[in-house]
Amino acid sequence: MEAEQSFSDICGGRLALQCRYYSPSCREFCVSCPRLSLRSLTAVTCTVWLAAYGLFTLCENSMILSAAIFITLLGLLGYLHFVKIDQETLLIIDSLGIQMTSSYASGKESTTFIEMGKVKDLVINEAIYMQKVIYYLCILLKDPVEPHGISQVVPVFQSAKPRLDCLIEVYRSCQEILAHQKATSASP
Amino acid sequence: MVLKAFFPTCCASADSGLLVGRWVPEQSSAVVLAVVHFPFIPIQVKELLAQVQQASRVGVAVLGTWCHRRQESEESLGHFLEGLGAIFSHEPWLQLCRERGSKFWSCKATHRQVPASLGAPGQDQVMLIFYDQRKVLLSQLHPPAALPDHQAGDATASAGGLAAVFDTVARSEVLFRSDQFDEGPVRLSHWQSEGVEASILVELAKQASGPICLLLACLLSLISAASTSRVFKLWPLSFIWSKLSTCEQLRHRLGQLTLIFSTQKAENPAQLMRKANMLVSVFLDVALGLALLSWLHGKDRIGQLADALVPVADHVAEELQHLLQWLMGAPAGLKMNRALDQVLGRFFLYHIHLWISYIHLMSPFIERILWHLGLSACLGLTVALSILSDIIALLTFHIYCFYVYGARLYCMKICGLSSLWRLFRGKKWNVLRQRVDSCSYDLDQLFIGTLLFTILVFLLPTTALYYLVFTLLRLLVVTVQGLIHLLVDLVNSLPLYSLGLRLCRPYRLAAGVKFRVLEHEAGRPLRLLMQINPLPYSRVVHTYRLPSCGCHPKHSWGSLCRKLFFGELIYPWRQRGDKQD
Repeated sequence: MEAEQSFSDICGGRLALQCRYYSPSCREFCVSCPRLSLRSLTAVTCTVWLAAYGLFTLCENSMILSAAIFITLLGLLGYLHFVKIDQETLLIIDSLGIQMTSSYASGKESTTFIEMGKVKDLVINEAIYMQKVIYYLCILLKDPVEPHGISQVVPVFQSAKPRLDCLIEVYRSCQEILAHQKATSASP
Repeated sequence: MVLKAFFPTCCASADSGLLVGRWVPEQSSAVVLAVVHFPFIPIQVKELLAQVQQASRVGVAVLGTWCHRRQESEESLGHFLEGLGAIFSHEPWLQLCRERGSKFWSCKATHRQVPASLGAPGQDQVMLIFYDQRKVLLSQLHPPAALPDHQAGDATASAGGLAAVFDTVARSEVLFRSDQFDEGPVRLSHWQSEGVEASILVELAKQASGPICLLLACLLSLISAASTSRVFKLWPLSFIWSKLSTCEQLRHRLGQLTLIFSTQKAENPAQLMRKANMLVSVFLDVALGLALLSWLHGKDRIGQLADALVPVADHVAEELQHLLQWLMGAPAGLKMNRALDQVLGRFFLYHIHLWISYIHLMSPFIERILWHLGLSACLGLTVALSILSDIIALLTFHIYCFYVYGARLYCMKICGLSSLWRLFRGKKWNVLRQRVDSCSYDLDQLFIGTLLFTILVFLLPTTALYYLVFTLLRLLVVTVQGLIHLLVDLVNSLPLYSLGLRLCRPYRLAAGVKFRVLEHEAGRPLRLLMQINPLPYSRVVHTYRLPSCGCHPKHSWGSLCRKLFFGELIYPWRQRGDKQD
């Protein structure tokens, strides 16, 4: 079962949330970030090339121009491969764990899997980010030494940064599964 | 809890039979290791399982049945399989079934002790997780943070969730030893059932490595015994040995080679990786050293280098002389104390003159010496770089001497100034109580003290300037040496074998797992594919870094500045094991 909804992130950009319900014990939430805008790309390229041309008129060395082209290409490739995240996915499987995948614009995917035994709870937390107060969804991990303590807080959807309405959707869905998981793990 | 069945991908196309594996009750998961095919005698299956259990200490048992319906007329097989549940009792009893031409499987798990009326788990309460048996067997899990009291190598498989799956598969290697061409009583299907994989080169290397290791270990022990003999403990030689970085590097390499060729087998995978990393590092070093050697000895570069060396030393001495002449005049417009200036300047100029005479004395022998030193590059690039660093240290010895003189003079001046300043204010340093106490001085003590204080204060700018100039020169030389040491450290400690493994066989070094949901149909059990998530490169380097010589700066920036201000001598590249100054 699939459902797609449109939300916005903390800066006002448009986000799309796709919920897939594979089974009562397995759900996937996919948040797609706004794409790379042509305007900003053109602006950056023009700035770099104008600066290089300015240097060229000063130094009369044509190596500067080829170096600028090289730098622009490498910078763009590096940005697409290491920085620009296209999609963030949260896969929650009852009694197995929670998996977070970030797919970059160049196709690279980086995955983290947290076993259910380590997950204490999934909460929405507040944070002060520059001049704003934002909400973010995070996974609380159990502390092996102290039974009621928390060893780590893992934020989810870090680069997409959706707003509270999107987070509430995801939160409600995940809590259904976590509640079921707690109920079955409590009973022998 | 949802029942998880870990099924190897290699058995997905196998014929019908019994499922053999391990049941982990805490995770409610069944790890299927192999499929036993018909015909079989139950007693022999039980014997085989008992053997495997004894050899690997993993609780292997018959978990259920596997039914692969290739034709439509195999309904009788289903009933036969159900009857097997009575012979091999296991709680819960798994029944996996695959239709011909259908991607979706059906799984049933029945609990005998729980009667059906109390709501036994239905079909959607079983999750199928496919895993690649070969990759899981060969991979090594790296948990994110090692707990301080975590014990590795427990007698029973560790209960760490997915780590239990990896552990089970890794320990059950005994089960995977027989393939379908063997004439055993029981026919199994697993990742090696097409044929046990082996490589002739690896087997030959394993056979040959025994005697080679023995021979090399004897040779290396002879060399290390010779190097620690009594001759080298006499005073001048032991002092020189401790100061030269070449000897430190050679000692380090000797230690590494002894470790690699020791006849003891590696106890755990970490030690094996370390040995492999050291071996690859030594090979790379020697290869780079030989390349450097061939480059140096071609086209008479050694001669060119020797010819260029003496003029360069002359040029440096000339520049130093110019610098001293400048200091003896009015440097940067500052007015120096004429007499002290002349004394210090002439003293340093004479020192340079002596140094240049020694260099000119040595110049006919320089080419020979360089040629012989160049040969040592065959021991490795790191040795050649260490020799370069030592040559730089020797050639700039006069700068070091100037720095020591300037620093000692400045240090004495600062000590005198501080103690006389205390006298000026009527206080003194109490050595017993390590604090400043008031003290009543006589008039003539006060008079002489104040006089000396003013003399020292007026001579301070001159000494401070000389100290500043020579400290800067010394820091420059130290920076150059430091860069060379950094490069040597890099070659020494980079784990190239681990990086190569991560590049070519990423499943061997696993940071964790990742799951992919396969095609799903409502009413059927959920199917997931478990893949290995490889370790990121930064963690590979961090985990498998080889220990280096330890030539790291021991001071923080704050203490360095403090030492410079008070004129204490600085040795930023102190070797490990030397006593602190």
